[in-house]
Amino acid sequence: MQISTTINGKTYSHDIEPRISLAHYLREILDLTGTHIGCDTSGCGACTVNLNGMAVKSCTLLAVQADGGEITTIEGMADGNTMHPIQEAFKEHHGLQCGFCTPGMVMTAADIIKNNPNPTEEEIRHGLEGNFCRCTGYHNIVKSIQHAAEKLNS
Amino acid sequence: MIPAKFDYIKASSVNEAIDLLDKHGFDAKILSGGHSLIPAMKLRLNQPEVVIDISAIPGMNTITEDGDEIVIGANCTHNEILKSDLINNELNILAQAAKTIGDIQVRNRGTIGGSLAHADPSADYPATVLACEATIVAEGKNGSRTIAAADFFQGIFTTALEDEEIITAIRFPKVANGNYQKFYQSASRFAVVGVAVVKNGDAVKVGVTGVADTPYRATAVENAYDGTSSAASHAVDGVEVMSDHFADTEYRSHLAKVYVKKALEA
Repeated sequence: MQISTTINGKTYSHDIEPRISLAHYLREILDLTGTHIGCDTSGCGACTVNLNGMAVKSCTLLAVQADGGEITTIEGMADGNTMHPIQEAFKEHHGLQCGFCTPGMVMTAADIIKNNPNPTEEEIRHGLEGNFCRCTGYHNIVKSIQHAAEKLNS
Repeated sequence: MIPAKFDYIKASSVNEAIDLLDKHGFDAKILSGGHSLIPAMKLRLNQPEVVIDISAIPGMNTITEDGDEIVIGANCTHNEILKSDLINNELNILAQAAKTIGDIQVRNRGTIGGSLAHADPSADYPATVLACEATIVAEGKNGSRTIAAADFFQGIFTTALEDEEIITAIRFPKVANGNYQKFYQSASRFAVVGVAVVKNGDAVKVGVTGVADTPYRATAVENAYDGTSSAASHAVDGVEVMSDHFADTEYRSHLAKVYVKKALEA
């Protein structure tokens, strides 16, 4: 089936099988491997991307469902060589260890801050319910998101 | 994990979707948000030959007031429900339940119609649908009909929907005094026990999910209700309580009583 999407500002058009997930499409066909596949069962959140303004788990979305959609992946967050304030905050506040969950954490953080520009620690922790860090580095992830929110509001 | 092969059709109207369901019968499945169906297809628990996407059908994602009722389109996502001013003001218990579902990403995609049609015995909405005495609006080749909540849930993953029927909306009466209490399965965030209580004067209606293979009205609690929470001891009277590796029958029964008590006291 022919699908057309705008990903990180660029238009893509492909003829794909309906059974291909958006995560698979991004990684294997478009080579946008920043989006990670962890559990592949919509639990871990490593595959989180933004579709039409909302954080979604791309492993549980068929690419054909995203037809006509506007998608931002982790590759679309930075502005050239300038990191997005959320990425900068993760770097500054040690919000990552092995880094596997980080793309999903950053994409979910963007959704949290967009809907709640001044989230409390508790609200951030609730917001991250669908993202697992198996290094268990949640403390600094939460801290990074708090600092990112402050920076984005300043 | 990649699902078995299927054809994907995006329906542009309810009638088109019903015709497709009628044509393909048991080989077809309806897709809205996909957060129940796609995982099942990836695990190949479900291998439909045709997937009919109803998410773009106009008019199925609105939340409106109709006299004393709130009418929720089947394609409304959990996120749309928990953010709706109308639901927060007139049907707050449903917003409470929606907030407990999954996580941000799941709530951005999953829909109320999909959840009800899937009828997972640990899903959150059924308790509230039962306690509120909502009605499910289904459309099929013989037209539209409404199904009372009490008749809708018939067993594990089993509902009163006919093969070629689609849920198009859910009608809730306005509820002033209701609350939803939930004990989470900590990994999946489904309900080990979910209890919805609607109070109206001296009467109470209690819906329970997660405890039996079908969500149920705890009528023994309702009959014994005396304005206090002591009736909670009847939470599993006459109920065959589920057992799994998260909660055996004894523990789940205990949780049901505790969460009915919490909901009665809230």
